[in-house]
Amino acid sequence: MSLVTHGLINRAIQSFLRDTYGAAVWRQVVQEAGLGFDSFEPMLVYSRAQTASVIDAAGRILDRPTDTLLEDLGTALVSGPSAGSVRRLMRFGGVTFVDFLCSLEELRGRGRMAVPELDLPELELDEAGPQVYRLTCRSAMPGAAHVLMGLLRAMADDYGALVVLEYAGLREDGETILIHLLDANYAIARQFDLAAPGA
Amino acid sequence: MMDGAAMDLPLMVNPPEMERLMPMHLAINSEGVIISHGPTLGKVLGRNSLIGMDVFAVVCFRRPGGIMTMADLTQRRGQRLQLHKVGSPDDVLRGLAVQMADGGLLLNLSFGIDVIEGTRRHGLTDADFAATDLTVELMYVVEAKSAVTTELRQLNVRLQGAKVVAEEQAMTDMLTGLRNRRAADMTLAALCEAGAKFSLMHMDLDYFKAVNDTLGHAAGDHVLKVVAQILEAEIRTSDTAARVGGDEFVVIMPGLVDTRGLYRIAKRIIERITEPTEFEGATCKVSASIGITRSTIYDAPLAEQMLADADTALYASKHAGRAQARLFANAPDAWDQAQV
Repeated sequence: MSLVTHGLINRAIQSFLRDTYGAAVWRQVVQEAGLGFDSFEPMLVYSRAQTASVIDAAGRILDRPTDTLLEDLGTALVSGPSAGSVRRLMRFGGVTFVDFLCSLEELRGRGRMAVPELDLPELELDEAGPQVYRLTCRSAMPGAAHVLMGLLRAMADDYGALVVLEYAGLREDGETILIHLLDANYAIARQFDLAAPGA
Repeated sequence: MMDGAAMDLPLMVNPPEMERLMPMHLAINSEGVIISHGPTLGKVLGRNSLIGMDVFAVVCFRRPGGIMTMADLTQRRGQRLQLHKVGSPDDVLRGLAVQMADGGLLLNLSFGIDVIEGTRRHGLTDADFAATDLTVELMYVVEAKSAVTTELRQLNVRLQGAKVVAEEQAMTDMLTGLRNRRAADMTLAALCEAGAKFSLMHMDLDYFKAVNDTLGHAAGDHVLKVVAQILEAEIRTSDTAARVGGDEFVVIMPGLVDTRGLYRIAKRIIERITEPTEFEGATCKVSASIGITRSTIYDAPLAEQMLADADTALYASKHAGRAQARLFANAPDAWDQAQV
């Protein structure tokens, strides 16, 4: 597990905080976290401690638990104003929400294929029962499972699936999330064209 | 039954299974009539069903050349084929034909390098590709890499901007905003190198130390800024004014070697610097001494030599009682004694 966080992740946190809470809050976070610069470069790497300071500082300034903050970050990755490419890249995972869940085991490899230094969580999917999936998340970044919860919720919406997510806590092999798939075709899935428009 | 017998039996696959395995296949009988095809190929060729149609009415074989009949196509089986939809030469496909047990041909087709354009044009989704087909992964990589490239390009733009600022700062004296020694040296070296006609003015403030000592460094800094403003105002935009030391300045004036012009400028600079300035209620009084040399008095001007000569002329000005300018001349008796 690496001791650095890729700038893409830091930049995503920055964009989320800035888009959601405004530039003034971001400036406060920068100050409180003692970054010494006002913006993360998405293509550089940073020490993991800096990422942790930013999240802690944001929690203190906004007076919110970091878990819910990270969950909102996960949702914003897919559906926030700075999203777009993440949502599309996730949708390449499969035609249905279940296909998508299965593709999460490849997430780390897919990330590496695009950016070799990108250290995404290692994910494992098991069927825990009828229409219940258990996702195990191993990551260098504490709280990664909460980001994943938010992301799964937003992706379920994207696929038009109705799900209930349950954070099942930290086990020896990682953090676990239970996904109850109530209805795979609850709503109409958002349009996904393989070939990006205008790409 | 002999052991190898099972291997001789032809493979039998029902069309619906074939459609799933090869969504872009085309099966034709020995007459060239289409008997089965994949649903994706139907979309690409713009028809729900191609069954019963003559293959040559649907696609046009481009390479290898000269495939006009079933006999030609049969002869080319096993080779890479390039073809396009009849009437639509931009819809290029690649393919391979193999012979079936009944004498017909089975063609499997795919998009070549134009896969992204083809996917867009025909509105294909991941369901249109076989589960084993890596097209979707390819498109994923292309999209992920282009997102990364976009980020890198933006990073380059930001770094370029930072570089311009850093270079500007590396050439600037931060206190006065004039150029610094590095910039002056570079300008001087470039002019010498180019064999250009120019003059070099070396200026030193008189009584500056007294201002610093009696009124403090803030007053000294104020004086330096005022001097910088005077220099900027009195020289042309093509000239370079630099602070090269504590209270030492250099002015490089390309194209200006006329003695009278040089004295006029030096005189104005000294007059203005000699005017007392106010700083937080205190009056700061300094003046300036100047030494000048011109590139035209040398066979091959050298930056180091010119700086030394301008310094000699400056020293002469100081020695002669300050607040004046001297022009360096190679022969000591030719020294111009003009004073301000």
